[in-house]
Amino acid sequence: MSRQERLLWSLASIGLAVLLVMLVAKICEMGLVSPIFLPPPQRIWAALVKGLTMGSFGVMFLATIRHMVVGLAIAACLGIGLGAMIGTSATARAYLMPTLEFLRPFPSSAIIPVTIAFFGLTESMMLAVIAFGSLWPILMGTIHGFATVEPRLTDVSRALGLSRRSTMTKIVLPHAMPDILGGMRIALPMALILATVGEMLTGRNGLGQAILLAARSFRTADLYAGIILLGVIGFASMLIFDGVERRLLRWR
Amino acid sequence: MTAQSRRFRFNWRGLVLPALFLLSVELIATAGTIERDALAAPSAVLAAAARTLTSGAALKATGETLITAGTGLVIGLAIGLLGAIPLGLFRRADLLMMVPTESLRPVPPVALIPLSLLIFGFGYPMEIAVVAFAVIGPIFLFTRSAIRGIEPQLLEVSHALGLGLVARVTKIVLPAILPRIFVAFRIALGIALVIAVTVEITANPLGLGYALTIAQQSLQPDLMFAMLLWIGLLGWSLNALLLWVQSRLFGAAA
Repeated sequence: MSRQERLLWSLASIGLAVLLVMLVAKICEMGLVSPIFLPPPQRIWAALVKGLTMGSFGVMFLATIRHMVVGLAIAACLGIGLGAMIGTSATARAYLMPTLEFLRPFPSSAIIPVTIAFFGLTESMMLAVIAFGSLWPILMGTIHGFATVEPRLTDVSRALGLSRRSTMTKIVLPHAMPDILGGMRIALPMALILATVGEMLTGRNGLGQAILLAARSFRTADLYAGIILLGVIGFASMLIFDGVERRLLRWR
Repeated sequence: MTAQSRRFRFNWRGLVLPALFLLSVELIATAGTIERDALAAPSAVLAAAARTLTSGAALKATGETLITAGTGLVIGLAIGLLGAIPLGLFRRADLLMMVPTESLRPVPPVALIPLSLLIFGFGYPMEIAVVAFAVIGPIFLFTRSAIRGIEPQLLEVSHALGLGLVARVTKIVLPAILPRIFVAFRIALGIALVIAVTVEITANPLGLGYALTIAQQSLQPDLMFAMLLWIGLLGWSLNALLLWVQSRLFGAAA
């Protein structure tokens, strides 16, 4: 398929999306669905614009991003640090892997009540949950990346007389990087899910709290606008991640 | 020694750390220097687990969570497959649907909790809807890429045989991608369980998540950790069961 044809199909796809939105508007106009469940798209758009310019959506939007980023940063530091230590040592793996493999399928949101018992309904509780949930994929990815370094490569680095540090930065880390990033890719949507849930439960600033309050007071247009903003965060975070990944793995 | 028996050889080193951890928590908890509403001795947790399991409360909650997660999973699987089969087979249909499908994918499924609550109220349907939404995405993506990975010769054979679309899908496409669909199903089951428990903790007074929340709010840390342990065991054994089934049914094909 030529580039031109591809572009044409993309335009057609956007056209289809617009048509679908218009269809929804028509359905609303005909009164087929109660506006409490599905407000007309133009009202959702108005709520979105109003919320961003005059209301609290801007603040909530940034708060959710902050929770997500801080939680992910904690998880990345812990996951990559611990993962590197466990991955490079066969002894550490023998002692730890059975426990980690047992905990791997654990539904991470179940930790929420426990963190509430420890931290209360606080910002720390929320960050602990986000960090815990995103830690697993990063940790397991990092361990796998560090544990599977080709022994011949480490032999070569020894033959070249590389120091331990340059072996790490020149051979082991580049080898592990795709696995670490693979873990981060799974952690990213997890962090957004847990940030949203954390905001709903703690009632702290953020889109999770905003959409819950909107639903409770039947402001459905605001509710849909908040869901759209959460989708925007999910979409933008993936785009940014793709860019970072492409840069970091350019050597491949 | 065969690979099979080596894998199941007793690995005492894997038990050292959990044992040390449990022992130290037991000592700290019984010494009584720590706040009691957040921590419980492992022996007390085991006792609470035995109590709640024999009373049937934990089993009832487990049933509720499994029913919602399972129903949501089946609905999501059906929608995901129905969407992925035409879009996987026809490149142009896929390009045409790109914007509508891609714009739903980044929405975190839990964002639908308030909406689902508004539409369905408390109970099974609101949770099933959120679970179904959560698993559609992964199943759709797995199935579509599996269909694209089908040997072109297979599809050519179906053309040469003059098979219609329905026959092509049921006789060639579905059998070819079955192992991959099973992998998608196993991953989606994990997601369904997480989302179901999350919905129960956040909003819905049902199932394991709610039982966990109630244990925490009524300051029963022993019961809370017992439920946590039970949820962990459930997640682990479901995953292990499906991995076993997968290797029995499909071997290296999956």
